[in-house]
Amino acid sequence: MKKVQFKSSYSQYLFLAPQLGILLIFLYWPIIQTFRDAFTMQDAFGFGATFVWFDNFLFIFDDPAYFIAFKFTIIYSFVITLITGSIGLLLAVQANNVMHGKSTYKTLLIWPYAIAPAVVGVMANYFFSERFGLLYHLFHELWGFNWYESVFDSYIYVIIAGSWKQISANFIFFLAGLQAIQKSVIEASMIDCKNSFRRFWTITFPLLMPTTFFLIIINITYAFFDTFGIIDTTTIGAPSGETRTLVYKAYMDGFRGLDLGSAGAQSIMMMLIVLVITIFQFRYIEGKIHYN
Amino acid sequence: MTRIIISSLSHFILLIGILIMVVPVWMIFASSTHTSSMINMNGLQIFLGDSFYENYLRVLLYQGGFFKEITALKMFFNSFIMATGVAILSVVTSLMAAYALVYYRIKHATLLFWIIFITILVPLELRIFPTYSVMAELNLVNSYFGLIVPISASAIATLFFRQFYKTVPDELLESAKLDGANTWRFFVDFLFPLSKTMIVAMLIFMFVFGYNQYLWPLLVTTSEQYWTVVMGLKMMSGSIVHRFAFVMMSMVPPILIIIVLQKHFIKGVFQDK
Repeated sequence: MKKVQFKSSYSQYLFLAPQLGILLIFLYWPIIQTFRDAFTMQDAFGFGATFVWFDNFLFIFDDPAYFIAFKFTIIYSFVITLITGSIGLLLAVQANNVMHGKSTYKTLLIWPYAIAPAVVGVMANYFFSERFGLLYHLFHELWGFNWYESVFDSYIYVIIAGSWKQISANFIFFLAGLQAIQKSVIEASMIDCKNSFRRFWTITFPLLMPTTFFLIIINITYAFFDTFGIIDTTTIGAPSGETRTLVYKAYMDGFRGLDLGSAGAQSIMMMLIVLVITIFQFRYIEGKIHYN
Repeated sequence: MTRIIISSLSHFILLIGILIMVVPVWMIFASSTHTSSMINMNGLQIFLGDSFYENYLRVLLYQGGFFKEITALKMFFNSFIMATGVAILSVVTSLMAAYALVYYRIKHATLLFWIIFITILVPLELRIFPTYSVMAELNLVNSYFGLIVPISASAIATLFFRQFYKTVPDELLESAKLDGANTWRFFVDFLFPLSKTMIVAMLIFMFVFGYNQYLWPLLVTTSEQYWTVVMGLKMMSGSIVHRFAFVMMSMVPPILIIIVLQKHFIKGVFQDK
């Protein structure tokens, strides 16, 4: 904190009020309602709700579809993190290496970041449609690709659609991370170690650890929440709910099924998952990385 | 010699990366300039056709059959209002909140800090139905206010501004106090000009964030008058080339902003020179 500060009895609250007000009304109030929904059961006509303790939670644990969505979400975030992280890092290292055209490469690789996931999904749709989708036909020739029926193939479809724009975000952050490494460190390592491949893994990559872990969290959050627009414009969960993320399933149960109790319970489960990931990051990862 | 080989390898890899990004978008664009029967017969195209004006004008202006009550032009207008509203509202409230958190000695500062920052862990997707019912109770469904405010309830920019203020030297406030500046003057005349890069970066970030919203506009607008571009993708019908044209146009505003203001964006977010 600052050593010199303002002291006042009220003006600090004037500065805080707008944001706090918006958060309280449009964030805390709905969160409280989420908890209320999760612990109550609406009757069939929507006239009243009864307090049912953990019934909604027990119900989702009994639901095989919930575990399918859970499994898919875990696989999806893992694969997207791996693919976009490694391609983003590869491109960032190359862009950092080249003497000429660095900023041109940056511009040409940065723009997909700005495209909405839903727009990416609609585009992917055209490349995976049975009628004229180039990738559909290419993969179909190779191994009989058919995402309407094969779970594996539908995974490939949503993974490609989900990874494409996220490569940009990883590229931007890795490039910034690489440029922040001091020149003297790199120069010293060049004298000590002639093999550039080994130099990268023993010197540069450990120095990139803060960026890497930041991106892991960013990518997991992206795969959990932002991919809604992608799923909704590509497979819509096909085949039989195998490519539904937890967010997508909760939305469908609440919207189509009008089951607010279940949607609320599913939301709280996701809050817990996000909380665990965050605590894990702070407790176990932050302590083990090298900051320059 | 090895240097040249390594450097050309780098260029080669970067080129492949760029192709992966550019080719899909180019093919949709090229296909959007053909006729529907051409696409239906021959699939996606790589070369430009000659129906560019015809297709794009039709998508922008056609009212009725294609979109029932709304033109694409109106959707762009709505998206622009929503994105600008989200950007300005969230940046202004975040600037002020971060200022209070850093420059004031506040009672229960830790509690306030957590009340604000824990909200980052609860994205809108996790509270979408209750948020909708709050909006319904407040009679804000089908309004620009309803599109903008729940998306602006975000503390991400506050986090960035707080980090930034903490790097501002203490001497600035000391000298401002010597000049007789009160808290408001210090905020407006001293801190605001210093934070310009950061403000621009956050405005860009929140604009793109607001423009790209999909699920929330889908839920909170039942009247077509408030449809936005990105949600319109799901809603629109029409022949295949018109859809291509719509998809192409929908990505132009955020991409343009990111490319044109790229330097400010990167400078602000990464705080580099």
